[in-house]
Amino acid sequence: MSILLVVIILGVLATLILESLPTIKTLGIGFLWGKVWDPVSNIYGAYPFLVGTLLTSFIALIISVPFSYAIAIYLGEYNPKGWLSDLLKNAIELIAAVPSIIYGFWGLFVLVPIIRTFEMKIGVAPYGIGVLTSSLILAVMIIPYAASLGITLIRMVPSPLKEAAYGLGATRFEVIRKVIMPYTRSGLFAGVLLSLGRALGETMAVTMLIGNTSAVADSIKNAIFGPGNTMASVIANEFTEADHSQYLSALIELGLVLFFVTVVINLIGKRIITRFTNE
Amino acid sequence: MELNINFRNAKSAIFKGIIVFFAFLITVPLIIVLGYIIKQGIFQVNWHFLTNVPAPVGETGGGIINALVGSFIMVMVAAVVAIPVGMAAGIYLSENPRTKLAYYSGLCVDILQGVPSIVVGIVVYFWIVKPLGTFSAISGSAALAIMMLPIVIRSTEQTLKMLPASLKEAALSLGVPYHRVILKVIVPCGFAGILSGIMLSVARVIGETAPLLFTAFGNPYLSYSITKPMESLPHLIFTYATSPYDDWHNLAWGASFILLMFVLVLNIFTKVLTRKWKVQL
Repeated sequence: MSILLVVIILGVLATLILESLPTIKTLGIGFLWGKVWDPVSNIYGAYPFLVGTLLTSFIALIISVPFSYAIAIYLGEYNPKGWLSDLLKNAIELIAAVPSIIYGFWGLFVLVPIIRTFEMKIGVAPYGIGVLTSSLILAVMIIPYAASLGITLIRMVPSPLKEAAYGLGATRFEVIRKVIMPYTRSGLFAGVLLSLGRALGETMAVTMLIGNTSAVADSIKNAIFGPGNTMASVIANEFTEADHSQYLSALIELGLVLFFVTVVINLIGKRIITRFTNE
Repeated sequence: MELNINFRNAKSAIFKGIIVFFAFLITVPLIIVLGYIIKQGIFQVNWHFLTNVPAPVGETGGGIINALVGSFIMVMVAAVVAIPVGMAAGIYLSENPRTKLAYYSGLCVDILQGVPSIVVGIVVYFWIVKPLGTFSAISGSAALAIMMLPIVIRSTEQTLKMLPASLKEAALSLGVPYHRVILKVIVPCGFAGILSGIMLSVARVIGETAPLLFTAFGNPYLSYSITKPMESLPHLIFTYATSPYDDWHNLAWGASFILLMFVLVLNIFTKVLTRKWKVQL
């Protein structure tokens, strides 16, 4: 049965490569920075989606990091036991449990109008949907991954280390900054990597909120506030519409890229954690 | 470090305030989302809603029976495939942790856990949908089963690894054959942990939409055939939420409420189970 797992992974890889061979052959590596995605005239470039994916994921990551670190420090150090910490921990697990389609649906009907009013106030085109909106929802969705790992790691800091620091007269803030943080830095970073992996591959909520345009934005302002597209969302939207083999295989190559990137990020994250917990 | 102690204490207190503020701020979006879904969805749900197929545009009423049945069938079939395979692999990984195969399959579990669900959808499309020539519930189940596998494997492995070795040794010393030791001693002892892993994996895949887009596809009518396209709760929400009609939005709110309740109940059940049996996941 374990062999089956290896077979599945190899099968996934083989299928993705095999089915995207037509575009790999005709377009080569230039596929990745081709700026135009126009299936009608048979031109395929992944650049808009790469930018969209990276932009949404990194904005989401930047928003989520203070939260997940705060949760990890609070539940790991300040308040590891008791009803209040149980409550917060359950809430975080619940955030991870809510299906992404529900976040997307809620975002479409509640967050989009709010963002639209906000955009009108600051004077950019009020799309409502777009990169910023998806990043906000994504941020909420990925917080639990980094947070729950962080809690475990911070609890693993040996108490003699902390006690020694307290004994030298350090305040709690100083203990956290000078002892706990350096000790857990690599592990917390791994948690952030894992949530980045989640964010890159997240499909449904982003598909519903990002606006789905394959054009490259003309300015940074439009790139953040305007609609865009990610690799996952373009696959979700266009896969069943792809009417000729080149189109389909271009979409699959996007899937292949996505697969590689998420796998690498996940494996690095896992590697760091294993090293950390074995030390 | 020669700073005033009051200043340092104040800094520490301010830092704690910031941490507490951020840590609890996260519950705000959760409460808003849950509250909104419940508020919008709860009044949609009634007997008629649960037992009818969706109404066409312009007609009032209609329900989500096709999605309920579809989600149920697909998740069941996926579970029937994924649970034995996942448990077997988990047992193998915990019994032979040092072999080469264990290393590689462990690596594959890690990879599988990180694969975006949409990619699973693409791959299953080429494995099952294309050879069969039609979207089908069975392909949806296959995609969901692949999503379930890593969770079942990891929970089985973790639970069994925590069982004391003396348990196994006692049974073996009594002359019980190895396969019976596993089936009658090891697995029953770790049952609660394995079961909670299974519940968790069901809760996870019941809300998955992306792998179903190109596999089960969706179907506005009630269907029991696993070789035909089939509707599912999350896919119904996706189609109807992105439609321009208010009636359909209401249907989607109701479906979201039901889906949310499923997920909540499964999670609470898992929680109770893990607490009662003191297993850690």
